[in-house]
Amino acid sequence: MTQILVIFLGAIFVNNFVLSRFLGTCPFLGVSKKVETATGMGLAVTFVMTLASIMSYIVYDWILVPLEIEYLYTIAFILVIASLVQFVEMVIQKTSPTLYQALGVYLPLITTNCAVLGVAIINKNEGYNLIKSIFNGLGGALGFTLAIVLFAGIRERIEKNNILEAFKGFPIALITAGLMSIAFLGFQGLL
Amino acid sequence: MNIVRERLKNGIIKENPTFVQVLGMCPTLAVTTSAKNGLGMGLATTAVLICSNMVISLVRKLIPSKIRIPSFIVIIATFVTIIEFLLEGYAPSLYDSLGLFIPLIVVNCIILGRAEAYASKHSVIASLFDGLGTGLGFTLSLTMIGIIRELLGTGKFFSRPLLPASFEPAIIMIMAPGAFFTLGILMALLNQYRLQKGKN
Repeated sequence: MTQILVIFLGAIFVNNFVLSRFLGTCPFLGVSKKVETATGMGLAVTFVMTLASIMSYIVYDWILVPLEIEYLYTIAFILVIASLVQFVEMVIQKTSPTLYQALGVYLPLITTNCAVLGVAIINKNEGYNLIKSIFNGLGGALGFTLAIVLFAGIRERIEKNNILEAFKGFPIALITAGLMSIAFLGFQGLL
Repeated sequence: MNIVRERLKNGIIKENPTFVQVLGMCPTLAVTTSAKNGLGMGLATTAVLICSNMVISLVRKLIPSKIRIPSFIVIIATFVTIIEFLLEGYAPSLYDSLGLFIPLIVVNCIILGRAEAYASKHSVIASLFDGLGTGLGFTLSLTMIGIIRELLGTGKFFSRPLLPASFEPAIIMIMAPGAFFTLGILMALLNQYRLQKGKN
């Protein structure tokens, strides 16, 4: 129980996927101009990452290991993730067209979000069982959502400020992310 | 010959994947803790990029457009697995320090981006040089960021001490925040250069 809690909280704060492991930086910088879209992206990623943790565990331990083709894990995981994303895309398109429009090109891009493949590989490398994998995936995804929503909130305010011409856009966003990353370093002593 | 020069210049300068297109941020930020890691990651990505671009260009007429993205990803993943084995066998220290980010080359948006935007529409030779140009552009950016971070964070240049002992290394530069700061400041400098060029 404690072990699971440590994994879960560790994935959210201490080893935050975006700010300390650098996984999922592309959507973090790309879809963080508005809090609303950032929240939508966070939720979509949370859903996909948790499912991906479960599916990749099943595929690895029940298919790849018995057949002794573990080395094909990269290909197997990415196929699992690509089909999951396709599925989530169809669900969102049916249930919430506005969210679908807002997420735009970034939805299919969850496939190439390294946080999703990253969590599957981390689970495999650490040898987590199914329950631990689920909590690592969920925690990592919540950490991603927390970081991207906070970041979008800061960026919305930065937009209205008077900043140097050369720093507009990506440079100031990267420096903001750096400051947030320093703040998250503070969680190191937590566990 | 023209296409070779044009593609190389396009990949390295005009459409530099890191500084102009801002793609492939995860490896750019994560592995550039030293110049050697940046260079290694860049070369591994270049190798995958060249191979995948060539194969995708070869089979571009056989793949139905509806399933092209999954097909591209499988081709890319195959080459990444090969590179992973080669690194594990021949460069174990680099393999250890890049770690998780070697399998993650699969999801580097630069590779899928080039496959979709260039290799799926052009000939094999043109795609080869497109891959080489883009790969070298990525390698140069990563090595540059790696050199800056290593120098400021440890006072070393390619693992050799360069700065005098009186220099106090700023450890933060080789930690996570340093990656964001270095890239942010480099991009701001580039913007400043562009703005001034626009004025004159």
